[in-house]
Amino acid sequence: MAVAASTSASERVIVAKAKWRPLESERNLAWLLLLPTMVLLGLFIAYPFMRGLLLSVTDTRVGVPGEFVGLDNFRRLASDPIFHAVVWNTCWYTFVTTIFKLALGLWLALLLNRSFKFKAFTRAFILLPFIIPTVLSTFAWKWMFDPTFSVLNWMLYQTGFIRSAINWLGDGDLAMLSIIIVNIWRGVPFFAISLLAGLQTISPDLNEAAAIDGARPLQRFWYITWPLLLPVTMVVMLFSVIQTFADFQIVYVMTGGGPANATHLFATYAYQLGVGTGLLSQGAAVSLAMFPILLLIVIVQLLYIRRVEVR
Amino acid sequence: MTGVSRRKFLKTTGAGAVAASSGGLAGILATGRAPAYAQQTTVHWLRWNDFVPACDQLLRQKLLPEAEKALGIKVRYETVNGNDLQPRITSGIQSGAGPDLIMLFNNHPHLYQASLADVSDVAGEIAKDQGGWYKLCSANSSSGGKFFSMPMAIIGAMNAYRKSWFAEVGYNEFPKTWDQYRDAGKKLKAKGYPIGQSFGQSFGDPPTFAYPLLWSFGGAEIDDKGKVVINSKATVDAVKWMAAAWVDAFDEGGLAWDDASNNRAFLAGTICSSLNGASIYIESSRKPEQYKQANGKPMKDDILHAPLPGGPAGQFGFHTYTSHVVPSYSKNVSATKDLLRFIHKKENYDQWFSTGLGFYTPGTTGWESHDLWKKDPVMAPFAVAGKLGLTPGHPGEPNAKAAEVLTKYLIGNMFAAHMRGQKAEDAVAACEAQLKKIYEG
Repeated sequence: MAVAASTSASERVIVAKAKWRPLESERNLAWLLLLPTMVLLGLFIAYPFMRGLLLSVTDTRVGVPGEFVGLDNFRRLASDPIFHAVVWNTCWYTFVTTIFKLALGLWLALLLNRSFKFKAFTRAFILLPFIIPTVLSTFAWKWMFDPTFSVLNWMLYQTGFIRSAINWLGDGDLAMLSIIIVNIWRGVPFFAISLLAGLQTISPDLNEAAAIDGARPLQRFWYITWPLLLPVTMVVMLFSVIQTFADFQIVYVMTGGGPANATHLFATYAYQLGVGTGLLSQGAAVSLAMFPILLLIVIVQLLYIRRVEVR
Repeated sequence: MTGVSRRKFLKTTGAGAVAASSGGLAGILATGRAPAYAQQTTVHWLRWNDFVPACDQLLRQKLLPEAEKALGIKVRYETVNGNDLQPRITSGIQSGAGPDLIMLFNNHPHLYQASLADVSDVAGEIAKDQGGWYKLCSANSSSGGKFFSMPMAIIGAMNAYRKSWFAEVGYNEFPKTWDQYRDAGKKLKAKGYPIGQSFGQSFGDPPTFAYPLLWSFGGAEIDDKGKVVINSKATVDAVKWMAAAWVDAFDEGGLAWDDASNNRAFLAGTICSSLNGASIYIESSRKPEQYKQANGKPMKDDILHAPLPGGPAGQFGFHTYTSHVVPSYSKNVSATKDLLRFIHKKENYDQWFSTGLGFYTPGTTGWESHDLWKKDPVMAPFAVAGKLGLTPGHPGEPNAKAAEVLTKYLIGNMFAAHMRGQKAEDAVAACEAQLKKIYEG
């Protein structure tokens, strides 16, 4: 039986060879499987990027096709004080929020990794800030920071912490603080859940063994958990930095970039110039200016991740 | 209009249709249905969320259904936040598809001039019928005699103020000068009722306050020949006055306010005065039970309107102007123009204007003597908003460059920068650098 079956199978293979079966080639199959992704990336990433690049070297305005002007738009940015503020704002915003999101997210992940009642429910609940559409939750925050009707001010006033209203969104520094708070609030769940996933891959045996050897909790964290979690942490940070650097919604809803441009980020300034005022080429130049900075950050982080993984 | 007589029209359509074995207008009428093309014509109209919601309701529930019936078209009416109108027209023009009729503020139409249909015919007809357009309208909506936007109305900006509170601190009449205004505001702020003024990045209240303030001190972004002249002692004085008064007399939260914030604050009784369209007063009049003074009487009885105070160079006014544009990508230009004609027809426009109770001042002189202005003395000051209002860029033209300055909030932000601690001279110089890039390339 077995012999007969195998002969018929080999016969079939021989017959099949005569037919045109391009997908049997691993190379072709690979291209085919890559195709949808490539089309999507091409349509939604590469094409807009190239369009942006082309726009930024012209003087296109809305409805008026522009002419090639070389690097004029970038030269203009170099001497634009608002743009300087934008670069500083974005870097500061990304730096501060990432530090806090990492610290709070890690803390939350360590807590969630323990056993307690309603664990599954709590884990799901923690994700809420991340699940709610950002624009909606930011509107709620906007009301909480409202200059006249701030519930935060009301609470602080009622509990005797302040005598007069804190001008949350009307003062440049406090407005920056406000958007930082909202970004951290929204971003912590992402860190917490991702790091929790990382924590669960660490075998409890290691911690137990260390405990038996007399390592204290802090030591166990520092010498076992942290090094094993580092690769995950770096990837999560990479994602977060890219997203935060290009953040738009929180600032657009909360401050519109104000007061007096104190909270403009790359994305909001590009939007105001390009879409608001119709200076498409200048808007494109602002958003492209984000690219080299982001690229540098990504390269440094990727190199670091590789080093950590090799180790 | 185009020289086609009724007889010729019937003949032509009849002849064409006979060949198609039906029977021209008679055939269409016999079927009892509008011709196919008319059924499909949908005019998409985009306006802001009206500060007088009753005006939106009137359009949605009465005027637009009537227009649909009269013109045989469908109207899709959409409203968005006023600050989102510019992004919408930009994306419309770039993608070549979007609303057929878009509301814009002030001199914004100049920014999109190259992509807008000519509406001179409609503007001409209405001007002929209802008196000429105010200069404010024609300057913002046209260039070289060609109208690329159809004036709709002017939202007069006046200070709504609490009569009794000002009287308490010795001002039986609204302050005439900036220094008096600051003095009154200082006394009222001490009592917990500062002046409320938005200096945020928003389309309406911030520029309608900042521009006249600048002009009244003798400052201007450009002179009448288009040369940038912002960096002057007058401008620095204005900027310094504002920052000092801000601390003394104003609600400092105003740097984060949008166009609706002062309405909420005034109606909640936390500010004594605010530059505003009449929406605060109108809202308090519509709901006297909801908005009350401390003594239980309706708040509306304690509200009066007055123009902005004057400075060393005089008294000025800048009123938010609204108009509609028909982007040239629209496939329904002629139907859209018919809709404009319908809305601006005297009897229809009158309903809308009357519903606004004076929030909107019509753009033609013919409406100055309308009964509405005689009904309520509190609203009377708004009758002349169109006549006296200046345009962005004054004393220069309100052209695309002035529109760019306006949409980038450069003038308001110059004041705000000093309020936030930048040296006045530096704030003015920074603004000058920006203006020079725009005006002088």
